[in-house]
Amino acid sequence: MTSIVKPRIDKHLPRNALGLTVRDYEGVMSTLCAGCGHDSITAAFVQAFHQLDLEPHRAAKVSGIGCSSKTTAYFLGQSHGINSVHGRMPSVASGAAAVNPELYYIGVSGDGDSLSIGLGQFAHAIRRNVNMLYVIENNGVYGLTKGQFSASADIGTRAKKGEVNEMSPIDPVMMGLTLGASFVARSFSGDKKQLVPLIKAGLMHRGFALIDVISPCVTFNDHAGSTKSYAHTYKYYHPVVHADFVPEETEVTADYDAGEAMPVKMHHGGTVMLRKTGRDYDPRDRDQAFELMRKMEGREILTGLLYLDESRADMAEMAKLPQTPLNALPHEALCPGSSRLAEIMKGYG
Amino acid sequence: MSYAAQSNPAGPHSMMKPTDIHDPDYFHKVVDCQWACPAHTPVPEYIRLIAQGRFTDAYMVNRRSNVFPGILGRVCDRPCEPACRRTRVEDQPVAICRLKRVAADHRGEVKHLLPQKPKKTNGKRVALIGAGPASLTVANDLAPLGYECTVFEALERPGGLMISNIPSFRLPEEVLDEEIGYILDMGVTLKTGHRVDSLKDFLKQGWDAVFVGSGAPKGKDLKIPGREEAAANIHIGIEWLESVAFDHVKSIGKQVLIIGVGNTAMDCCRTSLRLGADSVKVMARKPRQFFKASPWELEDAEEENIEIVVNHSPKRFVVENGRLTGMAFETMEYDIDASGEITGQRVTGEVVIPCDDVILAIGQENAFPWIERDIGIEFGKWDEPVVDKTTFESTKKGVFFGGDAAFGPLNIIWAVEHGHQAAISIHKHCMGESVQDRMPRGVNLTTAKMGVNEWSYANDYDPALRRKMQHVELKKRFQSLDVEVELGFSPEQTAVEVARCLNCDVQTVFTAESCVECDACVDICPVDCLTIAPNGAEDDLRTRLKAPAPNRDQALYVSNPLKDTGRVMVKDENLCVHCGLCAERCPTAAWDMQLSDIFLPHADDEARRREAAE
Repeated sequence: MTSIVKPRIDKHLPRNALGLTVRDYEGVMSTLCAGCGHDSITAAFVQAFHQLDLEPHRAAKVSGIGCSSKTTAYFLGQSHGINSVHGRMPSVASGAAAVNPELYYIGVSGDGDSLSIGLGQFAHAIRRNVNMLYVIENNGVYGLTKGQFSASADIGTRAKKGEVNEMSPIDPVMMGLTLGASFVARSFSGDKKQLVPLIKAGLMHRGFALIDVISPCVTFNDHAGSTKSYAHTYKYYHPVVHADFVPEETEVTADYDAGEAMPVKMHHGGTVMLRKTGRDYDPRDRDQAFELMRKMEGREILTGLLYLDESRADMAEMAKLPQTPLNALPHEALCPGSSRLAEIMKGYG
Repeated sequence: MSYAAQSNPAGPHSMMKPTDIHDPDYFHKVVDCQWACPAHTPVPEYIRLIAQGRFTDAYMVNRRSNVFPGILGRVCDRPCEPACRRTRVEDQPVAICRLKRVAADHRGEVKHLLPQKPKKTNGKRVALIGAGPASLTVANDLAPLGYECTVFEALERPGGLMISNIPSFRLPEEVLDEEIGYILDMGVTLKTGHRVDSLKDFLKQGWDAVFVGSGAPKGKDLKIPGREEAAANIHIGIEWLESVAFDHVKSIGKQVLIIGVGNTAMDCCRTSLRLGADSVKVMARKPRQFFKASPWELEDAEEENIEIVVNHSPKRFVVENGRLTGMAFETMEYDIDASGEITGQRVTGEVVIPCDDVILAIGQENAFPWIERDIGIEFGKWDEPVVDKTTFESTKKGVFFGGDAAFGPLNIIWAVEHGHQAAISIHKHCMGESVQDRMPRGVNLTTAKMGVNEWSYANDYDPALRRKMQHVELKKRFQSLDVEVELGFSPEQTAVEVARCLNCDVQTVFTAESCVECDACVDICPVDCLTIAPNGAEDDLRTRLKAPAPNRDQALYVSNPLKDTGRVMVKDENLCVHCGLCAERCPTAAWDMQLSDIFLPHADDEARRREAAE
């Protein structure tokens, strides 16, 4: 923990359309270990919200338990949030999204929270296509309990004290693709150039946007023999597709070669410009995504917006939920009375 | 494309070289105040001592560099303050000068800490002409080493312009006498009322070295119509101030005009008020942004209801019945371009402003009617002596110049630094060494780390605003000439002001080999001064940083290539508040906070080096 709070100095900082600086999107000081990848992801959140000109109170942060789940306190101090039960964040987020579609939902979870105790919850949030951004801060270990392997640890990876993992890993990206997630990305805490636009695109996506972020644990999993260390990630890091987020009011075509760019209009505003980075790859094709991921497993860490489908209906649409938040509906609409209930019951009769 | 494959498209030739932090100037420049100070006073160091209540130690640290902390704590030109980092981070600099006075006001006995009069001299006789700050500094540096120093002063008291030109309501005589006394007590002989009229004759006395610190005593005159007829009521500013200081002038007319708007003009107008003037106007030829006076001296004058009149160019003195009754001015209009330069001017009219006295404060120059031009001392195009900028030696071996006598009017703190450098030269000259072969500067770095996220300095940023100096109320301050206007900082003001210092001498030091590129420092930095990026040419790199770095006066600190990606860590020194958060958030201690102690050799260091070599 740092000895002082980050000083508030903003004379030099640019202001966004709301007149806010990036500092207005920060939260309390992090108590994570110095050098934790999670803090970098926190900084990416802060930058993304600032760049989107999002009013902080329009966001709701939800998390479970773990180092990653603590981080929701470290950004958007002026927003809504709940720190829920281990692995149960998707349920809380689904409920919140159902009753108030006007907020931007940001779920922050870890490989322990999402891939072990909360695996079922994670899978069903994807299946329901809950309208939320779901970020897994993936470091391959349980940091809070001193570094046991998590379900994302690769075969052959070595723990700090030398033991070797023999169990096969659960890859959230492969899971997302299998379960039919409509926005599947992988990134790295050390690459904000990639991560910040991904967060922006994820927030503007209709439905469930999954970003698996390799986020090294400096204390328990940053040594030689780890496949989730900074050094290993930098070495095998391969962006396959670059996603730029272009806000609504900006002209899209200007900077992009027509042949290279694949524009995808986002449901909640703006456009994502997808660009290949060398490999012939179309992230709108789920089969291609699946095939490439399978082929490069254990060889390269493929990153970027790997699969995007903006056409699928989200949970609210499928369940015909009201567009107005429940707290804004008049009492008569929320509680239409016993005659209306009788009418409904008659329909089952 | 992997990170390692990213490289600078322009190729390796245009890459920035890793910064050499062992270059004594690199971190010295980061300590903006110390770099800007001609005598390089280690400001953050003495402010920390004040914060700890160690006023005597703070005074001694000051004295080592600037010799006259009590005097300079009141009347320094303060080149340090506009340079202060705080002006870039917010608006107002740390009140460095006021804090210097705090150290001087609250110090305990220092006599036993001062350089002492040596038990025996080394037999080398050094003459110092003029008892101003430059000569006194030379004496301060040389007398303790055994030199027999004799100071010759034309006036009755030592101090030079500090006594003759600075009014006692700004600089009390006790303060002046005490700090000059410290130097005289080191065994320096002072001969007052002794004007040197011929250097040729003087040199015949067989001195081992002669230092000319006779100042720039010639005030500029204004030769316009009416000058001669009204001579009785037209005064040259610095001469007039000297007459006031030595009690030769005790009054002035009711309406006074001051011509010129430098610091001497400010002293003249405020002194006039204390000698009985009712209405004092300072007449300026140009608009306010072109004034030479320090902003705080202008403020102090205006607080005393001095009127400053702009765009009035002197035309003639109005004389009626053989007596000055007013002065005619042309009113001016200027064209000023976007960069603030005057591109055109025109006269729009003429006005006469009635007055009883006029004081001319339009500049001064050094003048050497007493130096013969055939004794081997070369003079340049403007009749100024040719003086080496490093050694302060003239073209005649063994004759040195310093202070305003060397390069024209500067200020006290420059005179002190000239004195230090000339003292080194005189020592080397007397020891038969080359005056050019001087000890180099150095830098010592020691970690400020005391434990996990514990530092040997207060690293938190205090957003407090600059404290305002309290003044004696207007009614009281005109009762006599020597009522000191500034009251000094209270303990409460001092406590706040010391916390405003950013400790710029505690440096961020980076070890590239340890960095894992986690971005923690980049994310936590409160002023976004850190970036990990592919290297490039400086122009290019400056635009690719987390916050663009347009201030080219401030360096970029560039690391060796980082081991995982080959990128470099770049720090823009411009806005860093030295809070140490980068070091606290670094998992591998690649960043450390280290105290940079800049070694600036004085004559005693040269003497020690000589001793060690023997």
